Amino acid sequence: MASKYTLSFEKPLQELEEKIEATKRTALERGIDMSKEIEGLESKLEKTAADFYQNLTRWQRVQMARHSERPYTLDYIERITSFWFEMHGDRHFADDKAVVGGLAEIDGEQVVIIGQQKGRGTRDNLFRNFGMPRPEGYRKALRLMNLAARFNRPVISFIDTPGAYPGIGAEERGQAEAIARNLMVMSTLPVPIIILVIGEGASGGALGMGVGDRLLMLENTWFSVISPEGCASILYRDASKAEEAADAMRVTPQDLMEMGVCDRILPEPPGGAHRDADTVAATVKSILMETLAELKEIPPEKLVATRVSRYERLGQWQE
Amino acid sequence: MAWFRRSAKKILSTERKSLSGDLWTKCPGCSEYIYREELERSRFVCPTCSHHFSINCRKYLEHLMDNPNGFTELDPDLSSVDPLEFEARKKYSDQLAAARKKTGLNEAVLTVTGAVEGYQVVLGIMDFSFIGGSMGSAVGEKVARAIDYAREHGLPLIIISASGGARMQEAALSLMQMAKTSAKLSQFSQSGGLYISVLTDPTTGGVTASFAMLGDIILAEPGALIGFAGARVIKQTIGEELPEGFQRAEFLREKGFVDHIVHRSDLKNILGQLIGFFGYPKKALRNEQAADSDQ
Ligand SMILES: [Zn+2]
Repeated sequence: MASKYTLSFEKPLQELEEKIEATKRTALERGIDMSKEIEGLESKLEKTAADFYQNLTRWQRVQMARHSERPYTLDYIERITSFWFEMHGDRHFADDKAVVGGLAEIDGEQVVIIGQQKGRGTRDNLFRNFGMPRPEGYRKALRLMNLAARFNRPVISFIDTPGAYPGIGAEERGQAEAIARNLMVMSTLPVPIIILVIGEGASGGALGMGVGDRLLMLENTWFSVISPEGCASILYRDASKAEEAADAMRVTPQDLMEMGVCDRILPEPPGGAHRDADTVAATVKSILMETLAELKEIPPEKLVATRVSRYERLGQWQE
Repeated sequence: MAWFRRSAKKILSTERKSLSGDLWTKCPGCSEYIYREELERSRFVCPTCSHHFSINCRKYLEHLMDNPNGFTELDPDLSSVDPLEFEARKKYSDQLAAARKKTGLNEAVLTVTGAVEGYQVVLGIMDFSFIGGSMGSAVGEKVARAIDYAREHGLPLIIISASGGARMQEAALSLMQMAKTSAKLSQFSQSGGLYISVLTDPTTGGVTASFAMLGDIILAEPGALIGFAGARVIKQTIGEELPEGFQRAEFLREKGFVDHIVHRSDLKNILGQLIGFFGYPKKALRNEQAADSDQ
């Protein structure tokens, strides 16, 4: 049987799991009752795992955020919406597959959803460009947000990207302008915007769809100015120092709560979101609805003013 | 995002040459040697090939202000702290101290209000020699306050950018300055303010992807490197050489992201004409004349 524990740091759990399997085999082969031993080992694994996942290092959380089986934007949309009408294209150049967006209904609430979309497996990942948007992705998101504002529908944005795509065409078509425009428009869009980080939140590429009234983060995610590897190769001149860079930049949800960037951390099932997509989707749905109910009560002018002052306060300086 | 180590080296070496007290500076554009005094006179533009040498924020101030002493610096004491106690190969706090000592500046941006061609303006000037002109909390806050000052006083806003991007040593807090400055520009724009963005060599990463690309009018100095992703990262990702002139000011104009390439010696005049076009009154001139007659 393939192990549930595939990340290198999950080895202690994998070993316990193997021991349980071996005991089960022995019991079967020799026809003896070892259910007590097995039960003991299983409860030990459960307890060890619970402790283990609560005490992950920052770098381990980064790896969890990148787990190839983790639910992606469309996995959540499929589980939380009762109506979903996907829309395509930025009306200028193309339809960026690394960004999805459309009209949705969640628990009777009509919302516009935008999100960065990774692929599963090589082919799907190439199709989704590994979740790295090009300018047309940001502009598709912008088009949908403007539509949301015109019809007074809240916006929910799922963040999950290793960064904006660094390519010739992306630069030619104004990657920087596309991101900047979104920051400007999102900062004063007169409808509620909820940002939810479900995986990776790397740099301006994430922020380009990540300005809003609330920033929520799943437990095993990260968000920063650059990836730990990028920071390591520039500031440490050694890409293998990513673990140190993750610590130095303080990239986890808990860190971002302390910096005042993140508003709320959403718990994941033991072992991470990929162990139980339905449970994590249910959590996401209920907290999104709770947050939305709060924001919907605020008149648009006050909502925008509060949003701007939220960003006004961020940062630390002396004078 | 990423800094451009390659251009950082280029800038540093140019600076080292010009600061070393040598009477002659070799132009990286045409390899001609230029007499120091002539370079000063030409505002650090090569008389032979028009290569624009990087200059610090004080030089821009001297060049653009009507009265070199007739401006007020905004938030002169606002400067960076080390919120994350960041340490990579160097401690961020040491880098800050070294940058202050080397540049005599408090931060990587200088913000002032003063007169340009008779118009009272708010002017922000970034300085690449201060930690690569990177934007941390203090740069973001100074830019945000300058935008607010312009909005509250009904003044046009000019920002001259020179930056490697967001300051990694402040991690997510730096990233949030992109949102902060863009939010302030949105308010400024909605209030009817005019914002002219001037891109100089280099303007990259998070600064390009926020206030630098949000000008009502975007000007660039000839040959300036302007982009989001670093050339090295792009090359690594696509595994090809980059086309000639990629991410240069002229390339951006061709692609539709820059209104005009402006020679440094024309910049002041053009700024004045643009501000005049949008109907701002020449109130500064009156104030200055009043001040002159007092003497
Ligand atoms: Zn020359």
